Amino acid sequence: MSPRRLLGLVRWYLRELTGESAYDRYLERHRLAHPGAPALPRREFERMRTDRADAHPRTRCC
Amino acid sequence: MTIPGSTRPRPGWRSVLTWTAVSIAGAAAWGMIALVRGEEISAFWLVVAALGSYAIGYRFYALFIARKVLQVDDTRATPAERLDDAVDYQPTDRRVLLGHHFAAIAGAGPLVGPVLAAQMGYLPGTMWIIIGAIFAGAVQDMVVLFISMRRNGKSLGQMARDEIGPFGGAAALIGVFSIMIIILAVLALVVVNALAQSPWGTFSIAMTIPIALLMGFYLRTIRPGRVLETSLIGVVLLVLAIVAGGWVQSSSWADAFTLTPQTLVFCLVAYGFVAAVLPVWMLLAPRDYLSTFMKIGTIALLAVGVLIVSPTLQTDAVSEFALSGLGPVFSGELFPFVFITIACGALSGFHALIASGTTPKMIQKESQVRMIGYGAMLMESFVAVMALIAACILDPGLYFAMNAPAGVLGTTVESASQAVANLGFTITPQDLQAAADAVGEETLVARTGGAPTLAVGMSEILSSVFGGEGLKAFWYHFAIMFEALFILTTVDAGTRVGRFMLQDTLGNVWKPLGRVGWKPGLWLTSALVVLAWGYFLYAGVNDPLGGINQLFPLFGIANQLLAAIALTVATTVLVKSGRLKWAWVTAVPLAWVAVVTLTASWQKVFSSDPRIGFFAQRERYADALAQGEVLAPAKDLDQMRTVVTNSTVDGVLAAFFALLVVIIILNAALVCWRAVRSPEPLPSSEAPYVESRLLVTAGARASTEDDGEDGAEARP
Repeated sequence: MSPRRLLGLVRWYLRELTGESAYDRYLERHRLAHPGAPALPRREFERMRTDRADAHPRTRCC
Repeated sequence: MTIPGSTRPRPGWRSVLTWTAVSIAGAAAWGMIALVRGEEISAFWLVVAALGSYAIGYRFYALFIARKVLQVDDTRATPAERLDDAVDYQPTDRRVLLGHHFAAIAGAGPLVGPVLAAQMGYLPGTMWIIIGAIFAGAVQDMVVLFISMRRNGKSLGQMARDEIGPFGGAAALIGVFSIMIIILAVLALVVVNALAQSPWGTFSIAMTIPIALLMGFYLRTIRPGRVLETSLIGVVLLVLAIVAGGWVQSSSWADAFTLTPQTLVFCLVAYGFVAAVLPVWMLLAPRDYLSTFMKIGTIALLAVGVLIVSPTLQTDAVSEFALSGLGPVFSGELFPFVFITIACGALSGFHALIASGTTPKMIQKESQVRMIGYGAMLMESFVAVMALIAACILDPGLYFAMNAPAGVLGTTVESASQAVANLGFTITPQDLQAAADAVGEETLVARTGGAPTLAVGMSEILSSVFGGEGLKAFWYHFAIMFEALFILTTVDAGTRVGRFMLQDTLGNVWKPLGRVGWKPGLWLTSALVVLAWGYFLYAGVNDPLGGINQLFPLFGIANQLLAAIALTVATTVLVKSGRLKWAWVTAVPLAWVAVVTLTASWQKVFSSDPRIGFFAQRERYADALAQGEVLAPAKDLDQMRTVVTNSTVDGVLAAFFALLVVIIILNAALVCWRAVRSPEPLPSSEAPYVESRLLVTAGARASTEDDGEDGAEARP
């Protein structure tokens, strides 16, 4: 595997792991479900995504 | 994965050869560890034994469980596919999900327990960590993940209610809540013990709060969603905070950050409350990113360090304390107390809460429960092995000078050196002071709780790879930071989860309390949860007998009892779904953990030895108190009263936990008996079969050599 490819893989993994890619996935999904309708801007989307965690706490283990 | 009944090709000669080699390497390493005596053993053998055993366990036992016992079926749509809402339920690449799941299950537990258990030598701990994970811990995680996935991601509490009954369900719920309180208290105690009288540590941990706030605002307002760059900034600031801690220590600010354990308790309780009522984006979310990166980065660093340095173990294979039960770190004999002290890393009930939380809602294909449930636990087990190594490469004299209770060691290097000599080990006062100076601490005497010991061990290993002697103090505080960081994340997240459980329960009594958006209710329930763990934390800090010595067994018992509940639910599901033949897969670990925890609770409650039995201890101190006498290590009548109160509370709690589990197991046994006697199968609570349409390729932008089965993923 070339270093470039490896770097790409690491970047893909970290983006997926941290949820940074969630917005891209949302855009794609939105385009398929509601073609033509304006999608949420990133700021709004991230705000909703984080605020949801307020009502749905995730346990962290010891 | 194959559908049951279909034929599989016979394994090729290369596969046979590879696995034979893995088996031989693993067996040879076990032979070295277990049989060689009187010579110095390299930690390298522990690593080989662990990795070899994991590979075999994953390749054969986990595959057997997936195919024969659970009968995973990749033609069946998972809840992630059927209910995909892009929020809770969404099919997630299995490697990404493995990362999520691992980050959620791994915390300070597997780092602390093995360090304490090192007082019995390296062999008992190593064996339990590796064998326990393969046959109990990883099995529990995988089976719970599977049955929750088949039920659309139901929680452990809900499954207990559905499968065992309302009574068992209620007992499980109370169990989960009280266990969480104890766990939070003990973890917070570890932080307090690591930071007390250490301006360097206190300053750098305190700095994580502004760093997290900064990250939170940055992510919220300046660069929404750019988690990677935010985390990078955070990690850089974090390292800076560790370095700056050294400057603070030698500056006039040092006094401001030199806090007593009592002050730290108030700080932590206040922090816990504020953190739990603030919105997630401000503190918890950025802290979580930081601790995930630190966790994965530091563990990888340590693994590399251990492999390169391959340090020599200084501890005996099995120490005399294993048999006498008189060890200063925690009392009691090898059986059952090693299996209580090392919970996370071998078998941890808390994982069942995570395996029945978000993870089952994100699995793409049923067969992936093996990689995610079983694989992640093997990774955690490996973390525990490394923590054990870090503790066992220390000179035993130093180890006991750090880990025996302050009441035994006194406060000076001279008194500690004398006390260690009484235990049968040697360390000169000069060496003890030199060890403290090397890591930039005032003293290492009675730095109990496991974190400082691990940090000294890690600084030994890491400084001999990166930076030499000069960086020892940096690595020590790096290790302290790394542990404190994710303990504080756990405390924050745990307080929130506890608050939700409390709101849920109290909402049945008085409606408004159940509303999550109602601020006074939120403050009240958060305060209740914080005060609950704060009480045990405060008691632990002030206990003359040593808070860790007293509370850690309770923590282990609680965590293992949760495992007993999880394994009971799993066994009941297997029996009810007509898999009695395979029920031993979870029933044997259940029997083991039930015997271990009930024996431990029994001893903790009924033992007539005041070092072990809480009530015997209470009686001894209460009698002396009635005579107006003061018993060492208590120094005055107030401390005598503290011992009496604490041992009463701890004893009642140990009895209560044991009672809960006995109730659940008996209730489940009744349900299983009915299921076996019933001529027709009992109604299933599984979601009905829907055919899967999801095609899983090797991953979104995946590597090509990933064949999706066995092989590469076996290595943690």
